[in-house]
Amino acid sequence: MSMDRRKFLKVAGLSTLIGLGGGSAFELLRPGKVDAEMEHEGHHGGHHGEAHEKAEEAGPKTRWAMLIDMKAITKEKAEKIIHVCHHIHNVPDWGNPKDEIKWVWEDEYEHVFTDSYNEYDEVLEKLPFLLMCNHCDEPPCARVCPVEATFRRPDGIVAQDYHRCIGCRFCMAACPYGSRSFNWLDPRIKLKEEMAKKGRKLNKKFPTRMRGVVEKCNFCVERLAEGKQPGCVEACPDVMHFGNLADENSNVRKILRERVSLRRKLELGTKPSVFYLV
Amino acid sequence: MYDSGKVIIGLLIFAGIFLFPFVYQHGSPVEKPKPSLDTPAIKALPVKKCVEDTKFMITTHMQFLNDWRDQALRDGNRWYVNRAGKKVWISLQNTCMKCHSNKKDFCDKCHNYAAVQPYCWDCHFDPNGSKL
Repeated sequence: MSMDRRKFLKVAGLSTLIGLGGGSAFELLRPGKVDAEMEHEGHHGGHHGEAHEKAEEAGPKTRWAMLIDMKAITKEKAEKIIHVCHHIHNVPDWGNPKDEIKWVWEDEYEHVFTDSYNEYDEVLEKLPFLLMCNHCDEPPCARVCPVEATFRRPDGIVAQDYHRCIGCRFCMAACPYGSRSFNWLDPRIKLKEEMAKKGRKLNKKFPTRMRGVVEKCNFCVERLAEGKQPGCVEACPDVMHFGNLADENSNVRKILRERVSLRRKLELGTKPSVFYLV
Repeated sequence: MYDSGKVIIGLLIFAGIFLFPFVYQHGSPVEKPKPSLDTPAIKALPVKKCVEDTKFMITTHMQFLNDWRDQALRDGNRWYVNRAGKKVWISLQNTCMKCHSNKKDFCDKCHNYAAVQPYCWDCHFDPNGSKL
């Protein structure tokens, strides 16, 4: 087959155009289609892929959320909650910010609501804000995890699989709330020391972590499985309220109807599920 | 061959050292590991049966535990229904180790024999272990 220069240039130009513009044109016409399809395939790999999808279409039945009552909280209660949570989950207290592991911690208004900070709000300024993983609807941490060690469960809990975590800390960079901590050192070293020096007792029903994994609040998923409330709620039921956002008649929806609530960094679109009642 | 005397003697010495362990151990095989089932919880059982039958557990427990892990953690399904139709709570620490509370005489027996080091205990607790 022979081809003159003119014909060759036409064909070459046309194929280049299709090659360059094809993918993006597709994306322009049907945005999100490629992403959705990839996710679709991923879902089918799992055991309950189809069941999950059907549930998602009808809206989830369960969407766990935490409400923190800033009118009821005190410094002592905040400390008690931190103590209880960290003891349930065998979180060591390293005592320095570099090695620190935190599932729930305390900070002040100015640092917590950086976007909506109001320097004339003298009430909020004095309150101890309890911070934890926000269990976002659109968790950036799960998006960036290269091994799917962190993922969003159908009930809204952003879980962390320590078996799979490779310790790359992408999720720590992605989380806008600073909810994730990295085990720079073997947590058992510190736990052992605390046991010897402070008489600390371990919760032998829950594992520790190992060196080199990222950890965070898990909304007490292991307690929910047993039908219990999260540890912080059990410690201070007047401050912490836990419930199902998807159910219109749930305790949390009732409270949210009556009270004014704040959520952290809403403008980022992560849709956090920790509410601060002010 | 140059220096054939030295080379052959060298080879002989090498072969001797290399084969020494095989010759030395010949006829005295290391005993097969016998994992112990001697724990109070197992003794109290009316029928000594694990979650599935013994043969299955011996050959497949590694795969089985991985499946349990993924079910509990990733699918959020904490109940396992065994072949006899009995429901079992999925948990290494709170189900397996409740009966097999003798990690040293049970898990470690075969694992040491086979020189495998599963990383379970980096995080999970050995119920009676003095070490954390």
